[in-house]
Amino acid sequence: MQRQVALIKQSLFDQGYLDEQFIELEELQDDANPNFVEEVATLYFKDSARLISNIEQALERGSFDFNRLDNYMHQFKGSSTSIGASKVKTECTMFREYCRVGNAEGCLRTFKQLKKEHATLRKKLEQYFQASK
Amino acid sequence: MVCEMETDQTEEMDIEVLSSMWPEDVGTQADNNQFNVEKPAGDSDTLKEVDIAEKRTMADLKRLPELMNTTDQGTSQLTNLVKQWEYMQDHAVKLLREELKILTKQREEAEAKELKIIEEHNFESQEPENVPVLDDTSHLFRRFKHKKRDALIGSKRVEIDEEFDTVAYWKQKALSLEKMLEASTERERRLIEKLNESLKTMESHSAPVEELTQNLKRAEGFLHFILQNAPIVMGHQDKDLRYLFIYNKFPTLREQDILGKTDVEIFHGGGVKESEDFKREVLEKGKASKREITFETELFGSKTFLIYVEPVYNKAREKIGINYMGMEVTDQVRKREKMAKLREDNAVRKAMESELNKTIHITEETMRAKQMLATMSHEIRSPLSGVVGMAEILSTTKLDKEQRQLLTVMMSSGDLVLQLINDILDLSKVESGVMRLEATKFRPREVVKHVLQTAAASLKKDLTLEGNITDEVPIEVVGDVLRIRQILTNLISNAIKFTHEGKVGIKLKVISEPSFASGMELNADAEEQNGLTETETSVWIRCDVYDTGIGIPGKFKNLKKNKTQAKLLDLLLLPEHVEPNQKVRFSVKSEKALPCLFKKYMQASADHARKYGGTGLGLAICKQLVELMGGQLTVTSQVNAGSTFTFILPYKVATSDDHSDDQDFSDMVDHHQPEPDDTTEGYFQFKPLLGSIYSNGGPVIGNNNFLPHKVMLTSPLKLINGFVADPSNNTGQSETTQVENNGYIDETCSGPCPSKETESCSSSQASSEGGALEMESELTVSSRREDETTETSKQPKILLVEDNKINIMVAKSMMKQLGYTFDIANNGVEAINAIKDSSYDLVLMDVCMPVLDGLKATRLIRSYEESGKWDAAIEAGVDIKISENEQACVHSTNRLPIIAMTANTLAESSEECYANGMESFISKPVTLQKLKECLRQYLH
Repeated sequence: MQRQVALIKQSLFDQGYLDEQFIELEELQDDANPNFVEEVATLYFKDSARLISNIEQALERGSFDFNRLDNYMHQFKGSSTSIGASKVKTECTMFREYCRVGNAEGCLRTFKQLKKEHATLRKKLEQYFQASK
Repeated sequence: MVCEMETDQTEEMDIEVLSSMWPEDVGTQADNNQFNVEKPAGDSDTLKEVDIAEKRTMADLKRLPELMNTTDQGTSQLTNLVKQWEYMQDHAVKLLREELKILTKQREEAEAKELKIIEEHNFESQEPENVPVLDDTSHLFRRFKHKKRDALIGSKRVEIDEEFDTVAYWKQKALSLEKMLEASTERERRLIEKLNESLKTMESHSAPVEELTQNLKRAEGFLHFILQNAPIVMGHQDKDLRYLFIYNKFPTLREQDILGKTDVEIFHGGGVKESEDFKREVLEKGKASKREITFETELFGSKTFLIYVEPVYNKAREKIGINYMGMEVTDQVRKREKMAKLREDNAVRKAMESELNKTIHITEETMRAKQMLATMSHEIRSPLSGVVGMAEILSTTKLDKEQRQLLTVMMSSGDLVLQLINDILDLSKVESGVMRLEATKFRPREVVKHVLQTAAASLKKDLTLEGNITDEVPIEVVGDVLRIRQILTNLISNAIKFTHEGKVGIKLKVISEPSFASGMELNADAEEQNGLTETETSVWIRCDVYDTGIGIPGKFKNLKKNKTQAKLLDLLLLPEHVEPNQKVRFSVKSEKALPCLFKKYMQASADHARKYGGTGLGLAICKQLVELMGGQLTVTSQVNAGSTFTFILPYKVATSDDHSDDQDFSDMVDHHQPEPDDTTEGYFQFKPLLGSIYSNGGPVIGNNNFLPHKVMLTSPLKLINGFVADPSNNTGQSETTQVENNGYIDETCSGPCPSKETESCSSSQASSEGGALEMESELTVSSRREDETTETSKQPKILLVEDNKINIMVAKSMMKQLGYTFDIANNGVEAINAIKDSSYDLVLMDVCMPVLDGLKATRLIRSYEESGKWDAAIEAGVDIKISENEQACVHSTNRLPIIAMTANTLAESSEECYANGMESFISKPVTLQKLKECLRQYLH
């Protein structure tokens, strides 16, 4: 069981979904805070779901308010960095890059990819937390 | 032989083609020449007679041959010709030799045959019967036989032998033999003739002079053919740059005009000297080179030549002159220049375009930012009003002293923020042209008094604040009092900020209509539209706000536009300028740098911005407001002696009897002293360490109309209570009565009607009086809190400013592990409020946040620290240069360590963190280790 958890975790790292910040979080977990990582992750997914829907709305509006998009993405990126969601973070960075140069098409594309990475990570982390219980 | 001649000619043709090339190719030619037999070179001297000069050519015939002999180029041409000649001679000799060989061979053959025939004859003579029919023998046989007979002519032996048969037969035979002999002789003769002929031809070929002349002619003809119409000038000049030879000279020049002369002697005008210098340069350097020179001569006008000049050496490798060749390229140059110009224009246009685009972009950006700012400010205002309002309501309930003090701080802070937001909204209103001016009746003296009161309340320096209003200034005028107050407050706080000792004051006087105001009726109309259309006369009042501060230098150092600065943070409306230690008197009209003061976000220098704080909006707002009201704001300054900001505004004079509907702060005066209240004197003093001392200028005695007015505000240290109320003294310089209080002065011991004042202050939220009160109280509270913090300093107080929930959660957990707790602010504004209301030992500040980002928040906090408005609230490092020695009551403001948390993106560079007053930074994501180190460093 323990081994399986370790394996899942290792694969998450190997595939680049997570980075060392996640370990940092795990180290914060102690007896006083036994589910800290999961709590943070849950909060992250809750928060990011909101952000995603915000961005989606903004994108659907057609007229691209890059400033606003950039602001959203900044938050998204901040959160992703904090939990060590490496791949999502990369997409966020890219998205912001596109915002900076005003590339709407690039934004849409990146956002799609971002959602994909986000969903994947969510699934994987859920698995992981499930397994570690 | 004919055929041979032909080959000869083709050879010649080849050679001619080769010889028309430049001498450099001689080597190659020689290599290819298989008949290049070494022979003594042809007599070069003969070449002297060759006439090279033709119609278009001029040559110094005496010098040129000499030149030809002494230079490599010259000799190479001759050598070439000689070689060519030699080659042809060789060839002819060779051909002749071959011919000779053939002939010899033939002869040998003939002889052989003859021998054979003789042998046959011998045989014949022995056996005559066997003689074959001679006719059957070949002609050749017979010929040889004849030949033989010729050779043996006179030998009777044959004839005798032949008598062997009949005589007739032999006769016949003899006859035929004779014929053959004749034929043979004839042949021989012809051969000899031919030999002679070819010898003659050879002789004719071997006349070298003629040959060479021909060649030369051909070569020159060829050159001439090519060069005839070419826009080319060629020449040779000796080492004094005198022409020895020129080809294709300018038509009108005669030989004597050119030969033996230099360019400078021949031509006059632009370019001549240059070309001469160029030639000389080539001569000196000994390296061939090209240059384009434009001549501007009387002779042929403006023409550009591409000139090629090469040095000429003699055989001893000494320079003896130059060859030069010029090609006229005027048209090409013109075209090229045109192209270059077009290209340049194009580039310029492109640059302008991009510049324009940039400007457009910036403008759009600015517009958006402004819009955002306005919206944002508006959004903040509503809830803030709620907070302040509630606080006010709370203040009306029964509170103990401490609670009241706290509440006052709260309200003053709220008011301050409200004020800031209003300013920002004002500015964007003014800028977008939607600002509307109010026209209300107000009393200038009141306004001055209240402004000074307010300023005095937060004064921490040993400064005298004074107001001086001349008699002519009407008691009441009509104008936008709020704006005027805003301007005055702004200017005064400026003055105080940059004045360390001496006095700061306001002077009002009536002036005649200034020249710039000719078109101001419009504004007057606008004011009329705003109501108050009673028949008033207009009056221009000049208001000087003067100080004895450090002054403004003539030149800004490192003038910097601070775009990154917070637009929101004009809280204090502090201006920025001033560079001390220059002693120049100047006025705004003559000084170009000064108007920059009034530009938005202008900072005198980064140093000053940091030292004195402020965002650069203050003066900009003032100027815009003044101009909006149809006035003018100017400044004069003397470094180390002080500055005077002057604004001139038109007002309408209100009739004195309808004052009852006055609003704002004039109403509070109306409350207690409805009639004779024009002059009021207030003396304000406070002692921050002891608590709030609030004294108000008391009742007001005065006359109805024009009064001298002096408001005296003295240093907090001396605790002076003074009254100046001398209606009889109209000079403007009143006596001051000073009352020293060495202790804590409560509200009760201040003015004669304190309760009313208190009331009015708490009810009028934006009034100056209220602000003043609150400021004082805040100081008190702060100082008190200082004590508190020292008591409870075991656990450091940390403020985390972060908008991201996840980050907060993580940070919280980390802090917990490290054994700290902290407060949380979600953005810069919250952070400022938190810092204002509480004392922290460390702030962890996210850089990029909504509402107000970390950089701006930090700047604001620093500016508070430096301007001292909240000084006592913070404890930590040491800073503050303003409060130097003259601040007798030392109230040190400490620097709060602010650590940035950056994502290390472009917008959040560490330099910017430092530049905005941050102590250090942690890059995100924050790790336990980083946090630990940071805390260890800044929390001892």
